[in-house]
Amino acid sequence: MSVIAFDKALERFEPVLGLETHVELGTASKMFCGCATGFGAEPNTQVCPTCLAFPGSLPVANEAAIEATIRIGLALNCSIAEWCRFARKNYFYPDMPKNYQISQYDEPLCFDGYLDVEVGGQTYRVEIERVHLEEDTGKSTHVGGATGRIHGADYSIVDYNRAGIPLVEIVTKPITGTGAMAPEVARAYGVELREIMRSLGVSDVRMDQGSMRFDVNVSLNEPGAPWGTRTETKNVNSFRSVERSVRGEIERQAFLLTSGEKIIQETRHFHEDTGTTTSGRSKEEAQDYRYFPDPDLVPIAPDPTWVATLRDTLPELPSVKRKRLQSEWSVSDHDMESMYNAGAIDLVEATIAAGAPAADARKWWMGELARRANESGTALADLPITPGDVARVSELVASGSLNDKLARAALEGILAGEGSADEVIAKRGLQIADEGELLAIIDQVLADNTDAAEKVRSGKVAAVGALVGAVMKASRGKADAGRAREIILEKLS
Amino acid sequence: MSAITRDEVAHLAKLSRLALTDDELGHFATQLDVIIGSVAKVAEIAAEDVPPSSHALPLTNVFRADEVRQSLTPQQALSGAPAVEDDRFRVPRILGEEA
Ligand SMILES: [Zn+2]
Repeated sequence: MSVIAFDKALERFEPVLGLETHVELGTASKMFCGCATGFGAEPNTQVCPTCLAFPGSLPVANEAAIEATIRIGLALNCSIAEWCRFARKNYFYPDMPKNYQISQYDEPLCFDGYLDVEVGGQTYRVEIERVHLEEDTGKSTHVGGATGRIHGADYSIVDYNRAGIPLVEIVTKPITGTGAMAPEVARAYGVELREIMRSLGVSDVRMDQGSMRFDVNVSLNEPGAPWGTRTETKNVNSFRSVERSVRGEIERQAFLLTSGEKIIQETRHFHEDTGTTTSGRSKEEAQDYRYFPDPDLVPIAPDPTWVATLRDTLPELPSVKRKRLQSEWSVSDHDMESMYNAGAIDLVEATIAAGAPAADARKWWMGELARRANESGTALADLPITPGDVARVSELVASGSLNDKLARAALEGILAGEGSADEVIAKRGLQIADEGELLAIIDQVLADNTDAAEKVRSGKVAAVGALVGAVMKASRGKADAGRAREIILEKLS
Repeated sequence: MSAITRDEVAHLAKLSRLALTDDELGHFATQLDVIIGSVAKVAEIAAEDVPPSSHALPLTNVFRADEVRQSLTPQQALSGAPAVEDDRFRVPRILGEEA
């Protein structure tokens, strides 16, 4: 596919973005029935007459899902509807057994909010058009054909466990003025949205399990010209893909436009392997879905006192919390951003809560542990070590029982599943050499290295490094290097 | 003059997966026209002081608590399915659309 380099595209065009985010709520039961919502259950074991659309069944709305949606709206600075309804979105596709999906159309539960995101020290305000509640669809598997994709498949098989799980859709207004930062702003918006969902505790936001997913709209226009035709890239399932899909679509559209071609309004599919999109179907018009109020469900009119209570009991929002922690920990903007990007803030906070000084907690998570996470390609939070373990190791270093090298070995043992900090230390014999052992080692080292010892004696203090190195080697890393240096200098003074 | 065109009926039929003959397209265009005309009459009566009704019952906020209830077994769930494979509903090939 032909593209124009990103920088060149941005010289000529301004991008307009729009992001639609689907978040599966973490309720125990489905949106309109009592079926469980656990991920990974055996096919069609979490289904009932309602979510299978058997005749005579009736949906009843899950109050916890309504509440979670209002809380999301409030966290995104939205107005909450005084009165709104569910609507049927009609379409023929076997991922919903009803031939419609219960959604909301022109009366969303929450509307007109915003979310501020920071990229490279600059704040971008992303305006939120609406937050509405709907039900998730079932999962189709396409059988036959070469690729497992729908085209060329012989037939499909459907599991309705996911059908009916409450799904919140968060739609931005068109995002303008981001220029060359468009891909990063899109990504930062997604990350911040996930942070908010986590702080609210409304979803596990596992992108690998599809409980948070993005549709990315992009159009280009020349400066001063009306907005261009947009495309919508569906089901983008990682932050990196959000960024890449925006970038890729800007490059693709710029090529078409500079070649005098038109952009077709369509949905596109993102390909993880190449970072490019391919054409899907032409986008249907909203009227083709023939939305109408669902007669099976009565309107929602959230009690203002309920909404006020939900507003008053919102948790501290992530951006506010980050500012507070930054000041408490006395770290620079840059260090705070590094921790944020590494997903380390909650871990550092929990490690401090477990007793470690802020600087030590940050040092271990952003140093040794970040390196190990990077090596194994896992997220910091997914490392098999708890903030309590890290605090214990930090405590043992502070009390002089471990030096840095032994501490790293202890962390390695914990990560390898050898047990808690104390268990690993006992099993691996990670104990700093005591004063007696240390003196004996030093005497031996001085006897073996008379040249270096003489240099130090004659005032070349720099030569002490080699002696300390020899002590560390002789102790197999178990000596306290600082103390060894002190003793050597004393002896040679 | 008919407000509903044959093309509109054809489009609706396609969305609804109904196979209509040429004759039927004209037939339903006329009928739908009458129906829409009748509904429009109701709209004429509705005045500013009459709020639009949305439901036969004067109710709002009918909710259920977030409690898990017993689901069907896969055997029960699939017992009426025309075709089953791997405990899933087997459906014909889906053409020309992609979710
Ligand atoms: Zn159910």
